[in-house]
Amino acid sequence: MAKYAFFLGCIAPLRYPGIEKSTRVVAEAMGIELVDLTDASCCPAPGVIRAFDKKTWLAAAARNLALAEKAGLDILTICNGCYGSLFDAAHELHADKNLLKEVNEILKEVGLKYSGKTNVRHFAEVLYNDVGVENIKAKITNPVGYRVATFYGCHFLKPSDIKQLDDPENPKMLDDLVEATGAVSLYRKDKMMCCGAGGGLRSQFGDSAMKFTEENLKNMVDAGSEMIVDICPFCHLQFDRAQADLKGYALPVLHLSQLYGIALGMDRKELGLDAHVTPVKL
Amino acid sequence: MTAQPNNDFVQEVVARGGDSVTMCFQCGTCTASCPSGRQTSFRTRKLVRMAQLGLKDEVLNSEELWYCTTCYTCTERCPRNVAIVDIIIAMRNMAVAEGKMFDGHRKTAQSFVKNGHTVPISAEVKAQRKAMGLPEVPPTVLANEKAMADFDKILKATGFKKTIGE
Repeated sequence: MAKYAFFLGCIAPLRYPGIEKSTRVVAEAMGIELVDLTDASCCPAPGVIRAFDKKTWLAAAARNLALAEKAGLDILTICNGCYGSLFDAAHELHADKNLLKEVNEILKEVGLKYSGKTNVRHFAEVLYNDVGVENIKAKITNPVGYRVATFYGCHFLKPSDIKQLDDPENPKMLDDLVEATGAVSLYRKDKMMCCGAGGGLRSQFGDSAMKFTEENLKNMVDAGSEMIVDICPFCHLQFDRAQADLKGYALPVLHLSQLYGIALGMDRKELGLDAHVTPVKL
Repeated sequence: MTAQPNNDFVQEVVARGGDSVTMCFQCGTCTASCPSGRQTSFRTRKLVRMAQLGLKDEVLNSEELWYCTTCYTCTERCPRNVAIVDIIIAMRNMAVAEGKMFDGHRKTAQSFVKNGHTVPISAEVKAQRKAMGLPEVPPTVLANEKAMADFDKILKATGFKKTIGE
């Protein structure tokens, strides 16, 4: 059984605990062992924290990476922000030994050292690359027939020169993962457009973020979608909460782990669906 | 008023990780690809040109510097491999170092300092977690005072608390 240090981040455990719960249940069903990465902090967020001070972003990320290294495990994330920050920080520290030395000077203050061994993985690509779509299909006990708008988010595939997961303009990974449950992924206009929340836009320029979100929602509805499936709790939050303020949209927002939870027959309460702002009518 | 070019500005952007800024030849693929530029006055190409010209004050004081969601579409499509998001991050870091930051962003940074997370935990979420069979408080810095103290030491060492005026 593949074993990972489970990195929770902020939005999943503190705003949508159903995403955390369903990930735990689904991972076990898929043969992935999750060990809590205890004592971890925020990744830190690529939008505001990296934009404020890159050195702080790197040092706090290195602390999280060092905790996983100490546990002898690679990190598994369920959020594009966490994945983006930890993956990018690990990449920078791996490529620049002077930077690694500088960061280790800071980690020394808390008795930690990072040597650059931690690999950073995202739940979605672990499912796709390590478990495999055919094996997933074989484990599905409660197939669904939803018409889905898949939402990749930005920091899962990009920057693609270092992520190297899929074509950033026309990917298929998430669509295949969604269709493994029996659901249908529908093509739409501007499928890869950002949700609008990132880069500090949601916290400071919410109206502008909302315009991104509404354009995405319109394209999803025009394509005939009846729900959104994301792989990032921050995109998830943006779509779920924005629809309460926008008139005329009511697309349930599910994280991939919640869709898989449904397809594995998990109880609705455990999935946390009733805590969503936009009602999840299935 | 005439703009005053600052010749050291581009060098500082380079030093802060925006080394590809000099490669831009102003084709405008970034602006055409930018989802933020569709709805705001943000023009990616213009921002990069301003950096090249050393228009430090104009860049660091512009609200547009903060309109990028870091979606990386521009970076992916740039025919000169200019790491545009890295350049924007470098310039945002410079603005913040001069004390130029918005309240909405400062609040996120303050929560990061205080909670080790960008958002605090609430009684409502604790109850939801418990009902699902999860620990009320997730096993992060929130659940361990020593871990929180370590996290705090790191922020002190990098000067972050001072940066955001804490």
